Order: sequence, then structure tokens, then C-alpha cells
Amino acid sequence: MDGSKFNDALIGEQKIRNFNINFGPQHPAAHGVLRLVLELDGEIVERCDPHIGLLHRGTEKLMESRTYLQNLPYFDRLDYVAPMNQEHAWCLVIEKLTGTVAPRRASLIRVLYSEIGRVLNHLLNVTTQAMDVGAMTPLTWGFEEREKLMIFYERACGARLHAAYFRPGGVHQDLPDALIDDIEEWAQSFPAVLQDIDTMLTENRIFKQRNVDIGVVTEDDIQKYGFSGVMVRGSGLAWDLRRAQPYECYDEFEFDIPVGKNGDCYDRYLCRMEEMRQSVSIIKQAISKLREEPGDVMARGKMTPPKRGEMKQSMEALIHHFKLYTEGFHVPEGEVYAAVEAPKGEFGVYLVADGTNKPYRSKIRAPGFLHLQAMDYLCKGHQLADVAAIIGTMDVVFGEIDR
Amino acid sequence: MTQALQELGALIASKRPECVLSYDVSFDELTIVVAPSNIVGLVDFLKSNRSCRLSTLVDITAVDYPGREKRFDVVYHLLSMYQNHRVRLRAAVRADDMVASIVEVHPSANWFEREVFDMFGILFSGHPDLRRLLTDYGFRGHPLRKDFPTSGYTELRYDEAEKRVVYEPVSLVQEYRQFDFMSPWEGAKYVLPDDEKTDGAKG
Repeated sequence: MDGSKFNDALIGEQKIRNFNINFGPQHPAAHGVLRLVLELDGEIVERCDPHIGLLHRGTEKLMESRTYLQNLPYFDRLDYVAPMNQEHAWCLVIEKLTGTVAPRRASLIRVLYSEIGRVLNHLLNVTTQAMDVGAMTPLTWGFEEREKLMIFYERACGARLHAAYFRPGGVHQDLPDALIDDIEEWAQSFPAVLQDIDTMLTENRIFKQRNVDIGVVTEDDIQKYGFSGVMVRGSGLAWDLRRAQPYECYDEFEFDIPVGKNGDCYDRYLCRMEEMRQSVSIIKQAISKLREEPGDVMARGKMTPPKRGEMKQSMEALIHHFKLYTEGFHVPEGEVYAAVEAPKGEFGVYLVADGTNKPYRSKIRAPGFLHLQAMDYLCKGHQLADVAAIIGTMDVVFGEIDR
Repeated sequence: MTQALQELGALIASKRPECVLSYDVSFDELTIVVAPSNIVGLVDFLKSNRSCRLSTLVDITAVDYPGREKRFDVVYHLLSMYQNHRVRLRAAVRADDMVASIVEVHPSANWFEREVFDMFGILFSGHPDLRRLLTDYGFRGHPLRKDFPTSGYTELRYDEAEKRVVYEPVSLVQEYRQFDFMSPWEGAKYVLPDDEKTDGAKG
């Protein structure tokens, strides 16, 4: 469309040309350091080339020179919106290779905190996406709840974001009863807040105008572009790893998998809202199960530290503790892949172990990487303003995409 | 689960004997060792075959084994959302080999192949746009190769005098710390100097 195809009188000023703009890397709606090179015809996006890697820290390379336990905190720094879900994948991959079974109480705590992570993530995503399309209030309400949840993180492990709480073989420390009570109290009050956000957005005229029929994903696109998570469920496929390939003890929980109908941004928003409600229900179930399940939270053995009391009694326990935190544990040779249903989609780790205390190679498979890849396909033909809405519902976080 | 994967492996091996070198099920995962020459045909077959329906490409990555003649393993992870199973394909390639790109079959392979090229320097033939993906503009070398130092070769900083970002060779104040935690009494392949035992001495 450079105007040359028209035969009417053409003067210099009339000559139309496509416009290239840089969207990001410092754009608030880019959800991180994303640089999009957009080719625009007027306001219509003709081509969209995402440049990623601005947050590349070489996590996979660093992991090759650190022990398995030292590598765990790197996972908090991938998707920093829901840190524990990432750690979960790393623990599962090690447990799969070593054949360790986490105690039931640890397993329940993991489910509890994974679901808290899911709510954390969806709250951030739904409300910031709403802000991208013009609604300010839900963000402030959502962050208030996120704050409460991060305090639960802090009370469990001492850190609001970089938790390092899930460990191979269980979780680091047991939860105090008071914390469990407080989480339950929160779970009672949260649906009301969710309802408030719902009333603000779901039937909001502007919100619907900006999201309905924008960025439509079909079943074929899902397969072609390797989508996972809400990007799949928004289009009507009830694919959820928690149900399809159950890990941890998700098979004993009752929850529904919300699916959308049209696969547009609006349906993905609705899915996220419903998933939060389902997560709250899982949290409640996990709490009632936790109360009946006292016991250890670590599979005591080579991979986990001895108890403090034991260390003061026994020389072997002290040696074990020292060796565990210097040399680390050894993982048998082999290659495995383990994935969890992270809030953003399938988060997987492919681990190649060579029998030493460090991974020979570990590949982190981030869901956002594939979602962002489809930007060009999804944005083509949409208006410039829709790019922000589409990035928003894709739920990209650059910690995990750039690794 | 293992049984079903065994059967699936046998099925693929019998249908595509020219591609499949061997297959193996461990940790409830099916790994098929394939010849890199016909990877596109195999992936296409796995996608369209009714009993495989491996329609989603989950991941492409590589593993570097500097000691081997065929230095790299290119690893493909495939998933079927319809049959609910996963398959891993592994192909050994030389450093100077070209691997056929599977972008035609799975458009999602695009960035994965760019990343593998970026990180390992494996070239993919038929890829529409094989640029670097994660590293800096103008970066040299392939970071995930085992012979690439973790600290890299260049570092950059903002130069106040020149008013721009300058690239400089890495200078570390302290040597990059690679600890060797291996216990000398279990598994270490070396003997420390002056620690050699005389022949016949008791262990």
C-alpha cells in the first residue's frame, strides 16, 4: 500500500507509505522488556516482529555449573509472578529421576501454594490487561489481594517473591497452624473481591469493545503454534495438565476446568476469572486435607537435610548436612521431562543428568515463549491498540521467555 | 502407561524403519533415537498418523557432548492433546551438519530452531529466518556449548566520557569460582599430588 497502485493524480504529499514503529522495550503495556517492531498501514498492523532476549540472563548456562539445590532459586526468577509453580517443575523432574516420593503433607502444601501462585498470576494478568485497555480500578483492588497472598508466601518461607520453598523431596518447612487458618480466612473473603472485579469488567462496555473478537485463536492455531494453558482453554479445549496428566496429588481434588467458546481475548479473561474461583475451591480442599494430615514435610534421605535436633545428636547427620550443602546430592544418569500446569500454561523442564551433583543440561520450556512467537500471526490485521490487548491476554512475563 | 508407550514405539518403528534407529521407554517416557536425515518426514508422519496424533510441538533443544564425534543431540518433544501422550525424538548430529527445519510441519518450531542456532550454532536448512534470538545484537559465539565460558567474552557498561555504552573484554576481579566438591574417597577419578598410595598399601 504505497499508493502507487492508484491511477488518480498523485502528488508528493499523497504518497502513502507503511510506518514502522518500535513498541517497547520500555512500554508499560509490553509487560516487561519486549521490543516489538511493528509495520503499520495506517493503524492496521501488517507485520509484527518481536525482539526478545533483553532480559536473557543465561539461566540454563548458569545451571550447568551449580548443584541441583543451588539451581532451585533460579526458578523463582523465571516467572516472577508465580514463583513457586516454577520450582515445582524443577522438584518434580528431580524426583522423577531419583524416584523420590514427597510425603503427603508436603504434597498438599505444594498444591496449596501452587494454587495461591495461580491466583497471584491471574490477578496480576487480568487487572493489568484491564489497565492496558483503560480500566484503572481493578488493578488497585487486585494488587491489594496479591499483597495478602505474598504475605502468605512470606510467612511460609520468609520471602515475598523468591521463595525457594519447594525442595526436591518435599517443602522446606512445615506451615504453622495459624497460617493455615489465615489462608482459609482469606479464601472465604476473596470471592467477594473477585466479584467486585467481575462487576467492574465483565459487562463493561469499553472492556468488551476492546476484547471481544480480538486475537481469536482456533483449535488449529493451538496445535500449529503449540499453545498451552489459558490460550488453549479459551478456545474450548479442556486441556489442563492437572487433569490430563495428573502430577502431585491433583487427582484427588475436585475442580472444574473452565473453557471459553470463541477463543478471543474476552473468553480468555473469563477463563482466568473462573480459574481463580476454582483455585480458591482447591485451596479450601487442600486446607481441610492438611488439617487431617500431620507429619513430616520432607522425604528424609540423601536429598534432604536432617532435622536440626538430629544434627545436634548425631555425627552422621552433621556430616550429611555439611555434604548436602557443599557437594550437594547426586542424581542418577538419565534424561527426563517433567511439566506442570503453571498459571501461564505448560511449564516444563528437560533434564539431562550425568550422575554428578550438577545437571549436565537443563532446558526450561516456558509457555510464554510459544505464545509470544504467535504474535505476528495473531496481530496481523488488528489495530495498533489491539496489540496491547493481545499481549495482555497472552500473559507474557519476560523472566521466563528470555530465561 | 509404560505398556502403551512400548506399543507406540513399536508401531512407529515398524511404520518408519528408515527413520527410527532405536526406541526405549524409561521413567514413563518414550524416547526414539532417529536419523537426522529424514526428521521432517517423521515429524509429519507422527502428526498425521491417527494413533500418534502428535500435533503439538512442545520443545526443541540440543545437548552438547564435546567428546563425541557427533557432537550434538537435537531433542524434540512432542505432545498429543488428543491421545494424551508424549514422545521425545533424539537425533545425533555433527557440528558441521545441517538439520532440516520442521517449520513447515510445526510453525512453532520457528523460535525453537532460532534459539538452538543461537545457543549451539546448529544450522537448520529451510528455516525462513535463522537469526539470533536471545543473545545481544551482534553477539559472537554460541553460549550453551560446553567450551564457551560461563562468564562470556565481552561485558558492557555505560561510558561517561564517551556518553555511550561500550563493549570491553571481560575482566574478573576474582577468578570465576568452579568448585570441585567431589569427595576424594568416593568417585573422584584423580589423585591429589603427594596423596598417591604406594602399591600394595592398604586402602
